[in-house]
Amino acid sequence: MDLSPSGLSLPSPSRRSLLRGAGGAALLAGAGIPLLSACGGSGTASDPKTVSLGSNASDAVPKKAFAEIYAAYKKQSGITVDVNTKDHNTFQEQINSYLQGTPDDVFNWFAGYRMQFFAAKGLASPIDDVWAKIGDNFPDAMKKLSKGADGKYYFVPLYTYPWAIFYRKSVFQQHGYQVPTTWDQLVALCKQMKKDGLVPIAFGDKDAWPAMGTFDQINFRLNGYDFHVELMGGKASWTDAKVKAVFDHWSELLPYHQDGFMGRTWQDAAQTLVSKKAGMYLLGSFVAQQFTNKADLDDLDFFAFPEINSAYGQDTVEAPTDGFMVSKAPKNKAGVTKLLEFLGTPAAEAIYLKADSSVVAASSKADTSSYTPLQKKAYDMISGAKSLTQFMDRDSRPDFTSTVMQPGLQKFLQNPKGVDSLLSSIERQKKTIFASS
Amino acid sequence: MSSETPTKTPEAAAVPPPGPAPVKKRVPQGHKRLLTRRDRITLGFMAGVPTVLHVALVWVTALASIALAFTSWDGIGFDSIKWVGLDNFKQLFTDNPQFWPAVEHNIIWFVVLILIPTPMGLFLAVQLDKKIRFSRVYQTAFFLPVVVSLAVTGFVWQLVYNPDTGLINSLIGANKPGHYIDWIGDPHLNLWAVLIAASWRHTGYMMILYLAGLKGVDPSLREASSLDGANEWQTFKNVIFPTLRPTNTVVLVVTIIEALRAFDLVFVFNKGAQGTELLSILITNNIIGESSRIGYGSAIAVVLLVISLAVIIPYLIATFRKERRA
Repeated sequence: MDLSPSGLSLPSPSRRSLLRGAGGAALLAGAGIPLLSACGGSGTASDPKTVSLGSNASDAVPKKAFAEIYAAYKKQSGITVDVNTKDHNTFQEQINSYLQGTPDDVFNWFAGYRMQFFAAKGLASPIDDVWAKIGDNFPDAMKKLSKGADGKYYFVPLYTYPWAIFYRKSVFQQHGYQVPTTWDQLVALCKQMKKDGLVPIAFGDKDAWPAMGTFDQINFRLNGYDFHVELMGGKASWTDAKVKAVFDHWSELLPYHQDGFMGRTWQDAAQTLVSKKAGMYLLGSFVAQQFTNKADLDDLDFFAFPEINSAYGQDTVEAPTDGFMVSKAPKNKAGVTKLLEFLGTPAAEAIYLKADSSVVAASSKADTSSYTPLQKKAYDMISGAKSLTQFMDRDSRPDFTSTVMQPGLQKFLQNPKGVDSLLSSIERQKKTIFASS
Repeated sequence: MSSETPTKTPEAAAVPPPGPAPVKKRVPQGHKRLLTRRDRITLGFMAGVPTVLHVALVWVTALASIALAFTSWDGIGFDSIKWVGLDNFKQLFTDNPQFWPAVEHNIIWFVVLILIPTPMGLFLAVQLDKKIRFSRVYQTAFFLPVVVSLAVTGFVWQLVYNPDTGLINSLIGANKPGHYIDWIGDPHLNLWAVLIAASWRHTGYMMILYLAGLKGVDPSLREASSLDGANEWQTFKNVIFPTLRPTNTVVLVVTIIEALRAFDLVFVFNKGAQGTELLSILITNNIIGESSRIGYGSAIAVVLLVISLAVIIPYLIATFRKERRA
């Protein structure tokens, strides 16, 4: 307003606001698209020959793999699956409003607390009738994962993948390292690697979730699966001595983690394993995506996180599982049931795995003959597990993990000595979050 | 917000004259026929649509978010809204380890913007105002960071600061174990690292504002002062700078607004991890996403609103008082 209108001043602010306006318009359009597409998806689903499906598989590989499953299903049943794909993160962020609006009949989702939450809110339909048919295809651990808090089934798992410590066979051979099976061996190995000029444990926590993976491993090795569930469900206290012990163990291992992790993404951290600068990396098996060279990929191997407490050994595996759920009021209930029965078969899983080899089938009856050695090992590890966990942010309230645990764990990594005040702060915040509905 | 303030007033000032004035001449009979039916409908729309939009998009949303700040709501169904009184604020002030650092960072953000890029922008503007060669090229170059989306800016600076492959660490060899400088992650460094990026952008913005102000300075003032034997610095200090007073006010308000709404750069940079917490990012983290804490996020938004009002209201009062006098 106080600008002089002469010379160059006038065009500049107006050009600026014009750009702003354009940006705003683009933003509005961006926000509008998913809503519109959600409407479109459910609108067409009224005829009995189509089932609409909301998908978060926006990456090329899984998108194609899912499309092949639906094509096979159409051939078998004559029912078309009308897929409605959204960007993976957008899908996750909008899931609340998506499920409350006019969602598709079936949608991609994760097992664990994140599934039970929506089941408890009445935003998903129970599918016990489907499980009556497909129940035999799955191990007990998967059945447990697919049930809501009320004991009914709400979820059909498709694939899963383990978290473990990844390493290069050639590096272990070259230095004569042994795979550690106990905590002391792990610490000793880290020491040795450091002496040999390697980064013992690659690490990148810029995205704030990788640290949750480390916490989970130490926690259920030390305190067992049941404590993990209690802690994640908000029942156990974060000021418990058991939790403190987890952080004590972590502090012992922390000096062997890669420096500068707060600014590093997991992809960059994985590159240090690819280039053989790091000895080990604790991550999900999707780390294999960073091994683009076939020879490097063949050299990649993993082992389960070592035993800490002999009472629990290595009986728990962190195996996040992805699959399908049914929205609260599907338009084509009969078609949905049929589709889910198909998705629960080993055949459907096999089609998916053919296209995406970084994961393994959730079913215990899947055909493992075409698996890579890495997949076979992952499959054995998961099917041999006594209990399966999902991941901190899938086993607990997402609002708790994203607003309290992610910054909390980063704070611990920066200042491992301040763990006592950190834990009481986490506990206070947890109480209010879990108390609110 | 910032771009609206400068554009609004000229419009408001320009609107009244064209409407009734010519009509009056043509239809002198009486005020009943002053406006035809069609005129009235048109006017009704012209006034009504913006009013409805304004009320719905500004007032209703603002008041709703203030009301939500006293509730607990997960965003699923209106019946799950629970009245919790001042609980959200109590938690915010006592339990949230990120809240006070966020307030502090917003203040640091403002202080740095006013101390470094603002004088820098003024300096550049004064230099460019001297009609040096390639002045347009320089203007474009310095203004470019303002035009580029902050998300892009954040991404570019991330490439500069990346601990392993970034420009700085590669140049000074700080990307080896034991020598890491973690520009993005280290809570003692990252706020300053991101402020460099923000200042780089803000300088261009300030330069344009001051350049506009300088174009409005009457050349005869300069002439008079050089006739009086003042050197360049004296002319600037005693003659030019005082005439820039209105521009300074705009600059101050724009900078405050920039400091309060700082968000995109940091969000792209490191999502507001420890060391770079900001109020706007806390709001986003709490409200957006699955099973969101809408009540709690709204409480943070209300705090931000109160801070903004505390800054803006005195400014508006001062401006209106000045206008009334004039």
